[in-house]
Amino acid sequence: MQNKRFEWSVIRQYMTDPTILRGLVTTLELTALSMVIGIVLGVLLAVMRLSPNALVSGLAWLYIWFFRGTPVLVQILFWFNIAAVYPRFGVGLPFGGPQLTHLNFTTLITPFIAGVLALGLNEGAYMAEIVRAGLISVDEGQTEAAQALGMSRLLTMRRIVLPQAMRVIVPPTGNETISMLKTSSLVSVIAVVELLYAAQIIYARTYQTIPLLIVASLWYLICTTVLSIGQYYVERHYARGSRAQQAAMLDFWRNMTDIRPFFGLRR
Amino acid sequence: MTPMVKAEGVHKRFGRLEVLKGIDLEVQPGQVMCILGPSGSGKTTFLRCINHLEQINAGRLWVDGELVGYRQVGDKLYELPEREVARKRTEIGMVFQRFNLFGHMTALGNVVEAPIRVKKTPKDVAVRSAKELLVRVGLADKCDAYPSQLSGGQQQRVAIARALAMNPKLMLFDEPTSALDPELVGEVLDVMRTLAEIGMTMVVVTHEIGFARGAGDVAVFMDDGVVVESGDPQDVLVNPQHERTKAFLSKVL
Repeated sequence: MQNKRFEWSVIRQYMTDPTILRGLVTTLELTALSMVIGIVLGVLLAVMRLSPNALVSGLAWLYIWFFRGTPVLVQILFWFNIAAVYPRFGVGLPFGGPQLTHLNFTTLITPFIAGVLALGLNEGAYMAEIVRAGLISVDEGQTEAAQALGMSRLLTMRRIVLPQAMRVIVPPTGNETISMLKTSSLVSVIAVVELLYAAQIIYARTYQTIPLLIVASLWYLICTTVLSIGQYYVERHYARGSRAQQAAMLDFWRNMTDIRPFFGLRR
Repeated sequence: MTPMVKAEGVHKRFGRLEVLKGIDLEVQPGQVMCILGPSGSGKTTFLRCINHLEQINAGRLWVDGELVGYRQVGDKLYELPEREVARKRTEIGMVFQRFNLFGHMTALGNVVEAPIRVKKTPKDVAVRSAKELLVRVGLADKCDAYPSQLSGGQQQRVAIARALAMNPKLMLFDEPTSALDPELVGEVLDVMRTLAEIGMTMVVVTHEIGFARGAGDVAVFMDDGVVVESGDPQDVLVNPQHERTKAFLSKVL
């Protein structure tokens, strides 16, 4: 820690550098947007995979197979270069009908959009499996009771099964969010100025490589810490109605906040 | 008078296993029918067919004069769309062996859920009648308790209130006391007796011979997917005619 090459004064100076802060905001935006896409897609794919319809569940399986089976870095580069394959993306009527609308991929897919798409679509595949695990963890009797009351399949999923699946879904989702925060640094390869790339831009100019990497790392640490605390409260919310789990959470929190061991006192 | 439940040659298979081998039964409005029989005799499966939780493979099953889960065109049956099946289920209450209360909702939340979400009852109206129902099952003070904070008997009484909240014309009970500690059985049976007294039509799968004799209008003994005998509980349960009924009763009494 005392090593002079860490240059703590440089670190302190760059922690609040505008370029770094802008990069931090971009990282947070990337993480939030990709996770929203990932979670929405994950719920959709999980419900599809559990569908009795073989075509529907097969489609979901295929999606997960593909996006989980290729490196996310490749997917990022792919979306960045999508305009080379499809310069324009049109929506029209088939058999020579009029084109209703079209999107110009060359201008639409900015590096940021490419990054969000790649990270979000990839995350969807992982979230699908997490959500599926949650859904099948809920006792089948819950679905039957809801159906016996005349609730539709969709209503049963939304009001009865999903809320109870959340207890299983939330912890790994917190994990995924924390992982996403760090994985988002991969989009530096397509020149999105997120936290890591912002640090790289600065040290390419000043040659203060190690201090700036520490600046980026510290910011990542701060963000993951805040996320972990948020996760605790979300988990507590979904532990409603489960006595054992609420007791366990309370114990965990007491142990976490118990400062006596730091002063050599016994609990 | 239209029978509340009418079964004609109802067959049900699970793969190659034939669970119901032609059931013919009728339940008149206001009647309490108790179905008894050894486990694996198909009594629970039959009950689940009545609200289409299981699809029948052959025969006909009517509730209040309407085919369950199907519509008939000529000689063929077509399964009804999910929405139609769901609508008919709102008229049939069901109570499960394992209670199946919604674990993330309070007792009150469990009771008001379907009236608000399915029947679109205004919230204040639903809450008021839910509280009345919880009073009727003796749980006025447990409105805000989660299922995990209630005993088995209390959970089952909430489950009965939840089913009653939809104002069903028929109540199905699937071994409602089988998962309960012996000392909690009475409180659930008491609620069911009260229901029977006010004229609710009920089909009860049970092992409680005493309840079947006291509160039942018809007793049905099933074994191996067929109705062995049915009739007045005093006859079926006190002077059974068939060997299989006698053998079963001698084991459970």
